[in-house]
Amino acid sequence: MNAFNSDLNEPSPVPMEVKPRALNASMEIVLTDPKIIVEHLSISYSDGTESLKDIYLAIPKNAITVLFGPAGGGKSTLLRTINRLNDLADVVKVQGHVWLDGVDILSPEIDVIKLRRKVGIVFARPVVLPLTIRQNLTYGLELAGQKDRTIHADAVERSLKAAAIWDEVKDRLDEPAVSLSGGQQQRICLARSLVLEPEVILLDEPTSGLDPISTGKVEASLQTLKENYTIVLVPHSVQQAARVADYAAFFLGGELIEYTIGKQIFTNPLDSRTEDYVEGRFG
Amino acid sequence: MTAGNNFSTTVESRVLPSFSRRRKWIQRIGFTGLTLATLVTVTPILLIVIHIFSNGLPAISWEFLFEFPRDGMRSGGIFPAIVGTFWLTLGTAAFSVPLGIGAAIYLSEYATENRWTRAIRIAIINLAGIPSIVYGLFGLGLFVIFLRMGTSILAGSLTLAIMTLPVIISTTEEALRAVPNSFRVVSISLGGTRWQTIRRVVLPQALPGILTGVVLGLERAAGETAPILFTVAAFYLARLPSSIFDATMALPYHLFVISTQVPGMPIQIQYGTAVVLLTFVLLMNITATVIRSWARARRQW
Amino acid sequence: MKAGKFKDILITSLIKVCGYSAIIFVGMIFVFLIKEGSPALIRVPLENFLQLRWYPIEDRFGLLPLIGGSLIVTLGAAIFSIPLGIVSAVYIAEVAPRWAREILKPLVEVLGGLPSVMLGFIGILVIVPALRQALNLPTGLTAFTGALILGGMAIPTIVSVAEDALDAVPKTYREAALAMGATRWQTIWKVTLPAAKSGVLTAVMLGVGRAIGETMTVMMVTGNAAVFPTGFGAIFKPVRTMTATIAAEMGEVASGSTHYHVLFLIGIILFLISLTVNLIAASVVFRQRKRTERILS
Ligand SMILES: Nc1ncnc2c1ncn2[C@@H]1O[C@H](COP(=O)(O)OP(=O)(O)OP(=O)(O)O)[C@@H](O)[C@H]1O
Ligand SMILES: [Mg+2]
Repeated sequence: MNAFNSDLNEPSPVPMEVKPRALNASMEIVLTDPKIIVEHLSISYSDGTESLKDIYLAIPKNAITVLFGPAGGGKSTLLRTINRLNDLADVVKVQGHVWLDGVDILSPEIDVIKLRRKVGIVFARPVVLPLTIRQNLTYGLELAGQKDRTIHADAVERSLKAAAIWDEVKDRLDEPAVSLSGGQQQRICLARSLVLEPEVILLDEPTSGLDPISTGKVEASLQTLKENYTIVLVPHSVQQAARVADYAAFFLGGELIEYTIGKQIFTNPLDSRTEDYVEGRFG
Repeated sequence: MTAGNNFSTTVESRVLPSFSRRRKWIQRIGFTGLTLATLVTVTPILLIVIHIFSNGLPAISWEFLFEFPRDGMRSGGIFPAIVGTFWLTLGTAAFSVPLGIGAAIYLSEYATENRWTRAIRIAIINLAGIPSIVYGLFGLGLFVIFLRMGTSILAGSLTLAIMTLPVIISTTEEALRAVPNSFRVVSISLGGTRWQTIRRVVLPQALPGILTGVVLGLERAAGETAPILFTVAAFYLARLPSSIFDATMALPYHLFVISTQVPGMPIQIQYGTAVVLLTFVLLMNITATVIRSWARARRQW
Repeated sequence: MKAGKFKDILITSLIKVCGYSAIIFVGMIFVFLIKEGSPALIRVPLENFLQLRWYPIEDRFGLLPLIGGSLIVTLGAAIFSIPLGIVSAVYIAEVAPRWAREILKPLVEVLGGLPSVMLGFIGILVIVPALRQALNLPTGLTAFTGALILGGMAIPTIVSVAEDALDAVPKTYREAALAMGATRWQTIWKVTLPAAKSGVLTAVMLGVGRAIGETMTVMMVTGNAAVFPTGFGAIFKPVRTMTATIAAEMGEVASGSTHYHVLFLIGIILFLISLTVNLIAASVVFRQRKRTERILS
């Protein structure tokens, strides 16, 4: 049973030609074949404030798209919406659509379990489950009903290598995952989401707790991973954003201010607010 | 307050140190008082335990534990009462453990804070407060008479189970809530359903806490007399119960009987019975404490 | 996948049923008490309940001596268990060194787990004779004996609930008080205890509630004389509580007799008392149990 690669929903009712009705003035890129289209997305939490305001955003395949901006801008909210993890939060209002491969993942008919297998996420704090390293990695497979040991072993090796931590842990797979260092744990978390062979990987400040060396390792593996995956990253600093971004979106107070090619936004931003932030004048 | 010492020319400088010394004394006397009061509270517990063991241990023998009472219970053993309490505790567990854990899972993992959840919580608090003799009346009215179970292990276990339920629910819920939420989020993000998450992550992590609660709940059930008075307990039976529809003797009721209802009861038999009951209860208590500290030591979060 | 979904729905609904079982049980307890107890109200004229004699054989069902008995024993228990319980809780939560805490808490738990017959047994064999000698009473089976032991039984409840409440007071409160120059002693009485007030109140209510409902101990040590306690000396005379009456007499009455229904009526009174006590306690203690931790972000 290869549940995690099958389609979320049978047909594809998606208008790929979906045209933004109110394109942000600064929005430059119109992608021809995006992986994800966020269309007029607005989200409010139970405290009443609108955390995302009418976001339009197209996210390309095989690239790192960076969402950055000052705290409370709604980056995490957008990220969690893409795999419906925000269902767990007390969200009171969701408007708009998020299309993934032409399927509106916000529709109630969607199989969220399959969606989450297709869209992996890594959080700011490395959260390893209180299990062994191996059990952490195969956890998602077990949930999906995959019991085949050889498939497990292959998946573990492949994803640990992809997360650049294979060499460090290959001899201690049956030790508790908490015995690893924070940086190692975070790469275990990355590997754990790769085991399910997702198509999209969401990373929410994945290196915020890590030392520069571990950070470098994670960034390096992201560069390799983007060959095969769609990567959406919330960086923990503007510097990191500038280092890894193929595309970058600047969020401020729930609004998407500017979205363009990474090189441009950090060298020659169009919006003055982006410029202020990039040059460290606020936030 | 040490800062006050620097202003040596002001009036406070001469007042403050002595004032603060006086406060120190008040505190010292106060703390001593608290310590003494606490000792007053806890020493009787130790004295009771020591008293019962020192008076009762001589009565304990193979015969006392494994034989039937003789001579109108004035000699022989208390085997049927031990067996009865064992079965009653087991029967109570059979009903209250699954139900209590289920209810705790509901409260901790499924329920949203609304009016109904509040009603459940209030109901649990009330169940915990209902006098044990009222449980006895309820068991008599519902199980023994209305459902025609008669005075039986089944009726007694059900009554004790409902009485034990609040203890198990609240300790289990506490244990479940102590499991970090991040584990749940991670499990869900890896494609887990809510139940998978509970079964694979939350329950195993909460298990020691749950076990502690279960043991403490059953400890209470094992020692109760009032709820079994009219639902299961027998004054004297010449043979062991053969099914759950039989009445049975039970340790706490037996202790009550031999210490108040039978004239001329040898004192060693009374203390011996008390020792057995106390051992039963203390063992459960120690088990709970051991599980708790063992789990705390090896917890990974 | 279909089967998995079905299983999930099944489990979810089972768990939900368990969740609601508590409400069902409280409801059933009430219904069955009413069912068996209400006939008493029809068969026995109301003024019969209000007389001062409980003598069922002559159809005299005066509840006042029983209620009075329960009250005097509970009051006596409250008088010394409340201060001792709170003080011990304060000591354990605020003053005791770590090692002492580790000993005291399980010890209090042991007291909470001691079966009530066991305490009744100790009462009969140790406390009753000692009291009779010490106070030169005709009998040691008195309300005072019952109050003494009941107080002991209420203490573990009071200590553990009050201690939880004290523990729940944020550290910052204490630190602020200490930083302002208060001693620990002052901090305890002026800051920590007042902040934990509602929890401590709940502790007291639950402890007293436990004392009212206690059965075996009082039945064994209070002498069970159904006389209405009057005057100060009553505390050193035998009394009979509501709980003990049910426990002692239910075994001997014919099911369906007037006496039987009246005993259930007493059960209703006890149920209502505990309901009131616990509803008040619940409304004081009800804090929102929201998970504070947000989704990882
Ligand atoms: N689970 C939640 N419940 C209620 N409000 C939330 C929740 N998560 C986020 N918010 C609110 O939504 C707004 C956006 O938050 P979000 O976490 O998406 O911002 P962010 O850009 O990721 O910020 P940061 O850089 O601090 O991570 C904030 O005002 C926040 O208070
Ligand atoms: Mg964030």
